[in-house]
Amino acid sequence: MGASGGGRRDPWHTATVVGIRDETATAKTFRLALPGPVEFIAGQHYIIRLTAPDGYTASRSYSVASAPDGTNEFEVTIERLPAGEVSMFLHDEVVVGDELEVRGPIGGWFVWRGDAPAVLVGGGSGVVPLMAMLRLARRTGRADLLRLVVSVRSPDDLYYADELPGPEATIVYSRRAPADAERAAGRMGPSDLEPAIMPDATAYVCGSARFADAASHLLVDLDVPVERVRVERFGPTG
Amino acid sequence: MAKVTRGFLGRRRPAEAGRLPPGQYDVGRDWPVLTAEVTPRLDTASWTFSVEGLVERPTTWTWDEIHALPPSTYNGDIHCVTTWSKLGISFTGVAVDTLLEAAGPLPAASHVLAFSHTGYTTNLPLDDVTGGRAWVAWDVDGDALPVDHGGPARLLVPHLYFWKSAKWVAGLQVLDHDEPGFWERNGYHDRGDPWLEQRYQGD
Repeated sequence: MGASGGGRRDPWHTATVVGIRDETATAKTFRLALPGPVEFIAGQHYIIRLTAPDGYTASRSYSVASAPDGTNEFEVTIERLPAGEVSMFLHDEVVVGDELEVRGPIGGWFVWRGDAPAVLVGGGSGVVPLMAMLRLARRTGRADLLRLVVSVRSPDDLYYADELPGPEATIVYSRRAPADAERAAGRMGPSDLEPAIMPDATAYVCGSARFADAASHLLVDLDVPVERVRVERFGPTG
Repeated sequence: MAKVTRGFLGRRRPAEAGRLPPGQYDVGRDWPVLTAEVTPRLDTASWTFSVEGLVERPTTWTWDEIHALPPSTYNGDIHCVTTWSKLGISFTGVAVDTLLEAAGPLPAASHVLAFSHTGYTTNLPLDDVTGGRAWVAWDVDGDALPVDHGGPARLLVPHLYFWKSAKWVAGLQVLDHDEPGFWERNGYHDRGDPWLEQRYQGD
């Protein structure tokens, strides 16, 4: 984009892995550094492309988890999927200092610019793009604009467990809740979402196809206008 | 040129590799669901499909009327921009040729903007939806198309990335120019040929 008039620019950039940390037993956050400043909008994603010596490639999209911070770095959190060609390689082989080809940022729909009320509903690893939004809101002192409801199976499955909890965040445990939880474990329902709904807010729903369908219909049944619900569903993207 | 990733060999190349466009993988029996909107609840009793815009006879079909048209089946592969491909799938519906013939595009017609009952849109050159290459489909592998895959009926343009195959399709607006649709305004390619890897604007 932008350079279409002149010679076509190679959209792929070489990023260096500058940090790797565990989020859960099956999810890791990779911090990537690019040669130049990184500009993206919370909610956007990058593509990571792996190339074998014979030219075979495999690429997948990953949502950015970090908020734009004016540096040349960003973070993606990646769930290790069984038989996931790309995610398994990233988890099992990649170490700090490795180079990865990336392309992005991509996406102009599931984005939050930090200036309007938003209700964020994430299931499992669907919290990743929503975390970028929450981090942006907190960094800019506008956490009042956001409500986040995240549903996870158990405390062991919660990404960003040290950072995510806060007055604007609600955590719903579907299978097993912590011992001190006020809410018993169970599937997310209207009573979990109703307190998060704000007038004129746009809703951002991210999760598996099943979760996204359930959550988006809960929102519509709570009178959130259907055109204010933005959905990002993911399937097995390996 | 792609740069070799240290340590990456890739999984064993499938026998069907020649059927896969560059950068795609075979999803096998799965069929992922990727949609940006709330899945609508559509009733075939009130469902319609329209061809409008630069045509001699703007035409609207009901569910029963469109089923009375000559049926047409596609057997082949589909390719999603998120890099999965599904090989060997069958859709039945009506060829877009049949619908356009009924409406009669005017000589100036060059593109269509497909629109859905949800408000989703996607743009296509007229050439890509004619010549037996596009359908309005309501059956998949012999069963009714499930709602999360665009049922009761979706557009099917299998030689382009699958976001062009608008779910819950409501009609085609025939135009004399190209007008970007939903994903195309949000960074995706205007044509979307998987064999040319036209994934994003600028490809």
